[in-house]
Amino acid sequence: MKVGRRSFLSFIIGGAAGTALSPLPWKLTDDLSIWTQMWPWTPVPKDGAVSYTGSTCTLCPAGCGINVRMVDGRAVKIEGMEGHPINDGGICILGLSGLQLLYGPTRVKGPLKRVGNRGSGRWVSISWEEAIEEVAGKLTEIREQGRPEALAVFSGKRRGTVPALVSRFTTAFGSPNFVTAASTQDSYELALHRMQGVQAAAGLDLANTDFLLSFGSGILDGWGSPVRMFRTHSALKDGGGKLVQIEPRLSNTAAKADQWIAIQPGTEAALAFGLAHVIILEKRYRTQFVSQYGEGFEAFRQMVMTDYTPDKVAKITGIDPKTIVTLAREFSRSSTPLAVCGKGGGDVPGSMNEFFAVHALNALVGGINRPGGIWAVPESGDFGWPDPEMDETAARGMQQDRLDGAGAPPYVAMAALPNRFFEAVAGGKGYPLEALFVVESNPCFTEPDPETVKAAFSKIPFVVSFSSFMDETAQNADLILPNHVYLERYEDVPNPAGFNRPFVGLVQPVVDPQFNTRNVGDVMIALAQGVGDPVASAFAWDGYEACLEEAYPDQWDSLTSEGYWMAEDFDPAPWPEAFETASGKFEFVPEGLQRGYVPVEIAGEKGGFPLVLTPYDSMRISSGYVGNPPFMTKTIPAEVLKGKELLVELNPQTADQLGFSEGSRAVLATPVGTANVRVHLYDGIMPGLVAMARGLGHTAYDKYLADKGTNVNRLIGPTADPVSGLNAAWGIRAKLTRA
Amino acid sequence: MKQERPKKFGMVIDLDKCTGCGACLVACMSENNVPFKPDESDKLTSITWMRVYQLNNGKPYPETDICYLPRPCQHCEGDHGHSPCVSVCPATATDYGMETGIVSQIYTRCFGCRYCMAACPYHARYFNWWDPVWPDGMEKYLNPNVSVRMRGVVEKCSFCYHRYQTAKDKAIYQFAEGERDSTDLEEDEYQTACTQACPAGAIIFGDLNNPSHRVHQIAQPDEKHGGRPKNPNAFRLLERLGTNPKVYYLSSRDWVRRAGDNYLEGEGKLKRH
Repeated sequence: MKVGRRSFLSFIIGGAAGTALSPLPWKLTDDLSIWTQMWPWTPVPKDGAVSYTGSTCTLCPAGCGINVRMVDGRAVKIEGMEGHPINDGGICILGLSGLQLLYGPTRVKGPLKRVGNRGSGRWVSISWEEAIEEVAGKLTEIREQGRPEALAVFSGKRRGTVPALVSRFTTAFGSPNFVTAASTQDSYELALHRMQGVQAAAGLDLANTDFLLSFGSGILDGWGSPVRMFRTHSALKDGGGKLVQIEPRLSNTAAKADQWIAIQPGTEAALAFGLAHVIILEKRYRTQFVSQYGEGFEAFRQMVMTDYTPDKVAKITGIDPKTIVTLAREFSRSSTPLAVCGKGGGDVPGSMNEFFAVHALNALVGGINRPGGIWAVPESGDFGWPDPEMDETAARGMQQDRLDGAGAPPYVAMAALPNRFFEAVAGGKGYPLEALFVVESNPCFTEPDPETVKAAFSKIPFVVSFSSFMDETAQNADLILPNHVYLERYEDVPNPAGFNRPFVGLVQPVVDPQFNTRNVGDVMIALAQGVGDPVASAFAWDGYEACLEEAYPDQWDSLTSEGYWMAEDFDPAPWPEAFETASGKFEFVPEGLQRGYVPVEIAGEKGGFPLVLTPYDSMRISSGYVGNPPFMTKTIPAEVLKGKELLVELNPQTADQLGFSEGSRAVLATPVGTANVRVHLYDGIMPGLVAMARGLGHTAYDKYLADKGTNVNRLIGPTADPVSGLNAAWGIRAKLTRA
Repeated sequence: MKQERPKKFGMVIDLDKCTGCGACLVACMSENNVPFKPDESDKLTSITWMRVYQLNNGKPYPETDICYLPRPCQHCEGDHGHSPCVSVCPATATDYGMETGIVSQIYTRCFGCRYCMAACPYHARYFNWWDPVWPDGMEKYLNPNVSVRMRGVVEKCSFCYHRYQTAKDKAIYQFAEGERDSTDLEEDEYQTACTQACPAGAIIFGDLNNPSHRVHQIAQPDEKHGGRPKNPNAFRLLERLGTNPKVYYLSSRDWVRRAGDNYLEGEGKLKRH
């Protein structure tokens, strides 16, 4: 058959037309669109039986109750526990993101041992037996050398059975160097101790407060117990109560407050004295309290009347004298006023001068241990364990001075001084350390001036991190013995921040451990056995769970059925019994207040550093032990984080003077460090101030968090408070130059 | 089963209480399997069914004031179910439910033309430009009650419709078992994730048609005037567009209420003689 060009073409075209007219191509297109959409990588979550498991959140000191929705044994949603005394169904953004911490890629999946240099990121997996053997071996060496004090521990938490076990280990081993991270809670407790003579936690009777005067405390920015503070604020709005916020920047708290009073940063104590002046002058104080229980009131009155008139205070604080007078009147006229302090989220302990002044203010208006006021709440801590028996080595070790200087003059009342600890070790002061344990904290990121912390680490030959995550501290450790994440473990949360009743929350496992991790409590018991007597005999428990149950014999039923135990009938000690000072009364002028307002000086010369840098806290950025989960990082506005660059807030006036516009790139320099930032114009910040968000600038973690923004701790070093020795730095002098 | 009265599920958000904390954002993302990317600072492509805007009064320091406004999908009714987005969808992937007042989104029908995104005046709809990626192990927390979307599909707040379905299923079952009198849901049986999570209690959710529900009592929607709130402190976003949305906002601050719509200079203020 002859196939000419023409017939060939006809055949092809005919074939094509025929195929197009047939269903074939259309069917194929339809099929293709279905086949190509069978994406195997879009997960289909498995369905299953739904149940709820309750627990307590540990991501901040608030101790909120959570209810975790489970499907087929998987945790799929964290919700607030209805009816819980602290949060009653509410939950904060960090609590909600907990599942990303549980299932996230930065989890340390099992014990890791460093290979290569510290910080190089090379690890080898080892078994728990090997890990415990290695640590126990090192510790035994240290004891054999007769220097048990060369073991130090840095713990993010102070209360509860786990810190107590770690502390017990350190003591039985023979080291006094159990160092805990500090916060405004410590300052509050020192104020209670100095002015009331009690060793107690500060509780706020917020349910009954009708006027909340906040000296820069981030009531709605993460201070204290965030969900509880939010509920308190909503109740104030509903009930006609008032919130007055005193700070140099329009924070979220200031924006929601009934009144925002802009103050020169660092001068809050002067304002407190100014208010006291008006209250005393116009006799608006609780005369019964002052006359019967006010020791040193005459000295206080004289100081306040002479040096803190509204005009004088106006000069210091920049607040109009009329505003000061009106505020003092409104505050003292309320039936249940309460003043609080501790800036921002409350991570920095702050100035004792300020805490004493504000506590005196509360005393003036009769708020001590009264409805709506500030209560001294007994601390938990005595679990009835017998004192550990120490051998000679241990006893000698315990007699050594603590490296952080706590417990010795001039800081006799202090339990720990974390900032001084790192400074001492980095500076080679005192004796050298051989080993450091880091539990539930990330000091290489969260401590002011991480360079000092790094320098301290370089002087310690053996560092063990118990972190669940590969954070900055774990990266710089030699061994990681990962803890369970809170959703996988048992633990107790006593004395939640600011709660005004004795209270313990129970943390219980919601899921089985996802990886080869272990509860720190169990590890301490195993380590004790590994090190042998006398430590082993002090740890005669079968395991941590048994230890926990034994620690709360009367409360265990309530803990397991409700998830918490609370002393429902608790009432704070009435005035005749409330004060255990030498005078038996409230000390209006403790040491540290005798010279009136003593500001905390910030580092830097005005000439070289014309601006002042202050950090600010945000609910959307976690600045503590736990790094921001991806959900939270997603909520950070583009005016704060753009790509990997952090934007700092600058008043448009200041920006104009310096030649910056919105988004300008700049170099922010302080006496401590420099950072590349961008400028965000914000009318809500005082001219001359630069505000920077806390919590970003991680170098560890994963691509969702690493290398985003700047760690403000790199730019602001610690300033030791003259009374407490804890960090009181509220800012630092800075300059902004074009990048 | 007796005919049920049509519901109109809506929200009242008290801006005097909203602290801008972002809990509603994460509650929604956690409940509804919303994905996340390493860089979410480009807010044009960041998927947040609930978005919290920061309003400001435009005044310089120290008279500056800011306010946060959480914006879920407004589930506009328009005129008898003609929501802007529903009116333009070529695939009927979105529809206005007359029985619930909720604007649904069927992911399998959507082919990603994004016409609805252009139509929505509240920018409440989001497009999956990329496939979602859940890092190692994180897919374990996905909620099986909500479909996981692939790329090329538009998504938006559904007023946690899956929670409505679950509550309804339970009510129907209990009614069949004789454990309850009707399949009508109580106010607390169906609540959205954001309402439940809000630590300040700023969000209230319920049936706007039901006089015993708080949203009805607070917003006081005026049926005769397109659902406009009778409560003087309440306002809806872009009221005058006629979208008839279901989210009512409360604020005691005049400048915040005015920020809810576009006003001309001096418009709406009393004339001075």
